[in-house]
Amino acid sequence: MSQTIASLKKGQKGIIKQFSHDDIPLKLLEMGCLPGNEVELVQTAPFRDPMYLNINGSHLAIRKETALLIEIEVVE
Amino acid sequence: MPKQINVALIGNPNTGKTSVFNHLTGLNQQVGNYPGITVEKKEGICKLPRGLKAHILDLPGTYSLNASSLDENIVIELLLNKNDKDYPDVAVVVSDVENLKRNLLLFTQIKDLGIPTILAINMADRMDRKGISLDIARMEERLKTKIALVSARKKTGIEELKELIINHRQISTEPCVNASTIAPDYFDSLRKAFPNQSLYKLWLVITHDVNFGSLNRNNLDKTSGFKTKEKTDLKRLQQKETIVRYQFINGILKETFTKDISAATDLRSKLDRVLTHQVWGYFIFFGILLLIFQAIYDWSSYPMDLIDSTFAFLGEWSKEILPSGMFTSLISEGIIPGLGGIVIFIPQIAFLFLFISLLEESGYMSRVVFLMDRIMRRFGLSGKSVVPLVSGTACAIPAVMATRNIEDWKERLITILVVPFTTCSARLPVYLIIIALVIPDERFLGIFNLQGITLMLLYMLGFGMSVFSAWILNKILKIKSKTYFVIEMPDYKLPLFKNVAINVVEKTKSFVFGAGKIILAISIILWVLASYGPTEKFDNAEKIVSEQYGESLTPEEFHNHVASIKLENSYIGMMGKGIEPIVRPLGYDWKIGIAIVSSFAAREVFVGTLATIYSVGSDEEKTIKDRMAAETNPILGGPLFNFASGISLLLFYAFAMQCMSTLAIVKRETNSWKWPALQLVLMSGIAYIAAFAAFQILK
Ligand SMILES: Nc1nc2c(ncn2[C@@H]2O[C@H](COP(=O)(O)OP(=O)(O)OP(=O)(O)O)[C@@H](O)[C@H]2O)c(=O)[nH]1
Ligand SMILES: [Mg+2]
Repeated sequence: MSQTIASLKKGQKGIIKQFSHDDIPLKLLEMGCLPGNEVELVQTAPFRDPMYLNINGSHLAIRKETALLIEIEVVE
Repeated sequence: MPKQINVALIGNPNTGKTSVFNHLTGLNQQVGNYPGITVEKKEGICKLPRGLKAHILDLPGTYSLNASSLDENIVIELLLNKNDKDYPDVAVVVSDVENLKRNLLLFTQIKDLGIPTILAINMADRMDRKGISLDIARMEERLKTKIALVSARKKTGIEELKELIINHRQISTEPCVNASTIAPDYFDSLRKAFPNQSLYKLWLVITHDVNFGSLNRNNLDKTSGFKTKEKTDLKRLQQKETIVRYQFINGILKETFTKDISAATDLRSKLDRVLTHQVWGYFIFFGILLLIFQAIYDWSSYPMDLIDSTFAFLGEWSKEILPSGMFTSLISEGIIPGLGGIVIFIPQIAFLFLFISLLEESGYMSRVVFLMDRIMRRFGLSGKSVVPLVSGTACAIPAVMATRNIEDWKERLITILVVPFTTCSARLPVYLIIIALVIPDERFLGIFNLQGITLMLLYMLGFGMSVFSAWILNKILKIKSKTYFVIEMPDYKLPLFKNVAINVVEKTKSFVFGAGKIILAISIILWVLASYGPTEKFDNAEKIVSEQYGESLTPEEFHNHVASIKLENSYIGMMGKGIEPIVRPLGYDWKIGIAIVSSFAAREVFVGTLATIYSVGSDEEKTIKDRMAAETNPILGGPLFNFASGISLLLFYAFAMQCMSTLAIVKRETNSWKWPALQLVLMSGIAYIAAFAAFQILK
């Protein structure tokens, strides 16, 4: 199975590959969450939900259910 | 006279639009470091050089023209409607230099609508610290526009921006991204069907329904002979469009934007390591709340005592200097005590606003949203509900409006419905005076003031009740909606003293004047009702007392007896007696009953009402608190405000829906009387039951 943002460890980085679902909120794309961009997991709340991300310099938090839809390739 | 230039300030949330607006117009709209401070359009006039004028519109922040929440929708409704009187001659896209890439997405969309669009790059003062440098000339060329580099904080670049506004006609209206490349055939047929319209505008109108229910649109009828695509196809195209725009932007930024990472200082990650920590984060949040309530109690007691005794003195003094008569007693017994009942709370309310404003301005609020989201979701709320719930401690009205950035309708509705349970500042006067009467002023464990702790418990009760009823509503309400949640985490900023001060002063002012007007009116009405009576008993009070007691009374006792007979037989006394059976099981007498009824207009009237009722006919210079403490319970004996009736009153005010303005705003935001009616009935019912139970158990 491919990895998603939800499987990142704190401080780990990945490159966004694609979305596993068409229903990904458009707003997320507009906020810079696009294929090819680098994403870093900055912090998580308890139970790893929501997740605080740094996507190419823009900082945002999303819920785990959304994070599960975003496939990535871990880089480090 | 030349026409005013219509200017619209548009941009991503939290980029400083309102700060720029305030500089341009000289107004003081609220500014805060949280995405979604402005939720309505605000307008102002800007004087430009050479005698010109501009009409400036401040708009809620939006990430793109594909609106997904109500506040964002305002922007697109404006831009799609050429007949709107505010339709801009020129759009100023305010962007944050640190998030330029994301900000430019919106810029390209607006430019593609064919509106002259100026790019204002704000927060220029932060470029050094972040190691950012820009090639403005090159950027202007690539984006086919004019750029103003602005710092709203340092007040630089504002004049340049004004010049650009004046010369807006020189800005090219050529689109910079050709959106039709995402589906050439489709856009071709679109162009043929509506040859006179801007292509991108058509596209927006078509996709708008996808993201946001139907809207009233009369300027464009998309169904006339044109077959549109399926929703999912449109969605995919929107995604494609976004990607195309970002490709374009990336290309430009690669040439014009450089960031020297070694020069950047990173306060954010240091602070976030602690403030959003899984354990410490919550401790700190709780600690901050505790500090706020302690401060409200401990720091403001001095000015409050001073104000209280000043008003007592004023009432007495006005009696001495004014010629005696009806007018004087209206002033000294009606208006002055009534106003005193509100002015006394200014220090505490100002402290509350100060702290809320600091939390917003520092950027901490988004961290709270992050920490609380999962917990709130359990109850059918969103992390973003925390902000309305916290600002609800100031006033439910802006809090209900602050729900507009919650994307999900069900979460938003539930938040609106439960917000009035949070302890708004109008409840504070009631709480404070009752706490002062029935809770001992002692310290617990040597540090915590018992009264302060009681106050904090009441606030927690308010939150608890909101959350609990949200949980119930979540189970009951059958609204299907797809939830998602994205929140931006802004950089921490040192709160700007001026912004905080403006917030505190403006909000306190509107609290005092808003409440002041109602209180003034009510205290005059009450005074009239308390000073006249329909029966003979009222007119013959002196005779009745002297018949009953003979000569055994001192003049002072005589006066008091007369006054109390008069009050009981006045109009208000009779009304009060009428409702007494309803409030007696809660431990109240008819005077409190009257105060409760009058506070259905607004809660803060409670203390003023009691102050007016108690001071009618009284000669002594006394503070409100002394008067209340001296009241005895006519049936049970002992002080009227004792532990049982005090707790009962506190609970009543904690739960009851006593605010007409909130009901009106809920009606407006939900577009139906159903929801405010539900709030009124349920909340008042809960209040009555809770107060009843408390009094019966404790008495
Ligand atoms: N350092 C710096 N901070 C700024 C500048 N302009 C605004 N700010 C801060 O940025 C934050 C957001 O400012 P606002 O004017 O409320 O932004 P807005 O775009 O109106 O935000 P919303 O109404 O929420 O969309 C506040 O904390 C301001 O003090 C600037 O030029 N430099
Ligand atoms: Mg604003």
